[in-house]
Amino acid sequence: MPAAILTRLGAALVVVVGVCTLVFLLIHLVPGDPVEAMLGERAQASDRLALRAALGLDLPLWEQYRRYITGLLHLNLGQSFLDQRPVAAILAERLPATLRLALAGLGIALVVALPLGMLAARFRGTALDSAAMTLSLAGISIPNFWLGPLLILVFSLWLGWTPVSGDEAPASIVLPAITLGTALAAILARMVRASMLEVLGEDYIRTARAKGLGEAAVLWRHALRNAWLPVLTVIGLQLGGLLAGAVITETVFAWPGIGSLLVDAIKARDFPVVQGCVLLISLCYVLVNALTDLAYVWIDPRIGAR
Amino acid sequence: MTPRRLARLFPWLVLAAWLGMALLGPLLAGRANQVDLPRILAPPSATLPLGADDLGRPVLARLAAGAGTSLAVGFGVVLVSAAIGALLGGIAGFAGGWVDLVIVRIIDVFLAFPGILLAIALAGILGPGLGNVVIALAVVSWVGYARLLRAQVLSLRGRDHVLAARALGAGPVRILLRHLLPLAAAPLIVEATFGVAGAVVAEAGLSFLGLGVQPPAASWGTMIRDGVSQMLTAPHLVAAPGAALMLVVLAVNLLGDRLRDRLDVRTAAR
Repeated sequence: MPAAILTRLGAALVVVVGVCTLVFLLIHLVPGDPVEAMLGERAQASDRLALRAALGLDLPLWEQYRRYITGLLHLNLGQSFLDQRPVAAILAERLPATLRLALAGLGIALVVALPLGMLAARFRGTALDSAAMTLSLAGISIPNFWLGPLLILVFSLWLGWTPVSGDEAPASIVLPAITLGTALAAILARMVRASMLEVLGEDYIRTARAKGLGEAAVLWRHALRNAWLPVLTVIGLQLGGLLAGAVITETVFAWPGIGSLLVDAIKARDFPVVQGCVLLISLCYVLVNALTDLAYVWIDPRIGAR
Repeated sequence: MTPRRLARLFPWLVLAAWLGMALLGPLLAGRANQVDLPRILAPPSATLPLGADDLGRPVLARLAAGAGTSLAVGFGVVLVSAAIGALLGGIAGFAGGWVDLVIVRIIDVFLAFPGILLAIALAGILGPGLGNVVIALAVVSWVGYARLLRAQVLSLRGRDHVLAARALGAGPVRILLRHLLPLAAAPLIVEATFGVAGAVVAEAGLSFLGLGVQPPAASWGTMIRDGVSQMLTAPHLVAAPGAALMLVVLAVNLLGDRLRDRLDVRTAAR
């Protein structure tokens, strides 16, 4: 068991190094000269040289890479071109909003998907089942940058229930969380249904019913517990989609998180901030996936014993 | 026509409309870019079926031009990424050893970037334009095909017909293309179908963020973004491209589901 965990951590470490390398290389993909792209074509030659030296872009690639990785180890992600502040500080400032949004989105997805998927499985083949599955197909297919504006139109502009954008009022998080959670809810509902269908045919479900348990107890306590594992896998995998979806959702609602920071930084050609955002989101994703693997052991003791 | 029959036909009808609009788009190109100030934000009417946008351009013609963009990106990205991914995945599975190890590690690193995050960063750094959108999305999506084909080749390469081909002196390229690829085609096609839907949404998403195709070229994502600021006075500007996008994605996903059932492919949860 510890060996398995060590192997898992080793693989994750290789991936982390690879991610850092790729993010480092991003800035060198800028067509032409990154300095020119940042300063514009009419910049003075001396300014260009100064910026190049300040960024270390005049050094050999290997030396730049060494500096970048060394910096990362000291949590130094460079400085923002725009306001000269350390990128790490800007990210730390923005991260809580994104985490809050992601958690709220995940919560909404679970609250919708669990009952929907369980009901669809319990009443398999009925109109309820097909209605739930049609709904989830629509949820998968609706782009979040369309759903967001539609929600704003109905609930903010027509009904006036929620703020249009930003993060000033407590109710501000409602629409972004729904926007972000819808796709995940739809995918999860299908997974819960499929997973429940497999479990519902088992003997212990029949036993639970035979000993007179209520339907709700059978479904929630006996069936769902055993149907959790594939559902958890999907949550782990889809959390990446959730984080990437946050970029678009935050832009739609002007939510002050990492996602809107990334889009603003791209538009301002503030490359250190772009690199920082991509790095942070990806590392969060790697971390979550590693934790998901470990959570298996906790949820299903049989895996640990194997 | 019975409802059941209609449901069966639905994705094909949407697909036909998408193709038709994309093909007819160039004929309407003149109209799509025709600025007409008196009819700015005109609501849908008999002469303008979907109304006009904030520059007085007919929304229907813009929609057709956007269909062309999404079609080009959708199929372009899938062709490029499936070709690259299948090649690398095939080589990894077939060669084994350190070649396999290196490719698998590269795949792992790319998989560590969630969703279209890397594409957003790439498109932002490469700059806008149709070609760069395709490159950015292909860089992100080749991984799925590579993983798929590697798994297929690993499970197929010990089959008797492959051994026979090798005994007959066939080279690795020939074995890969003639003896392994045809057997791995079914799951690859299913994956590619879902890939088209993914690329279409991703293109619109990038364009929505202002990182996709540039005006005057049309994209459904750009149309949604531009329409948002006029949402209260002219909701049709957001409704039309969004509905088109959702219908196309829904139709392609439905076809993918059916294809998967028909070809009896088991795919991992997307």
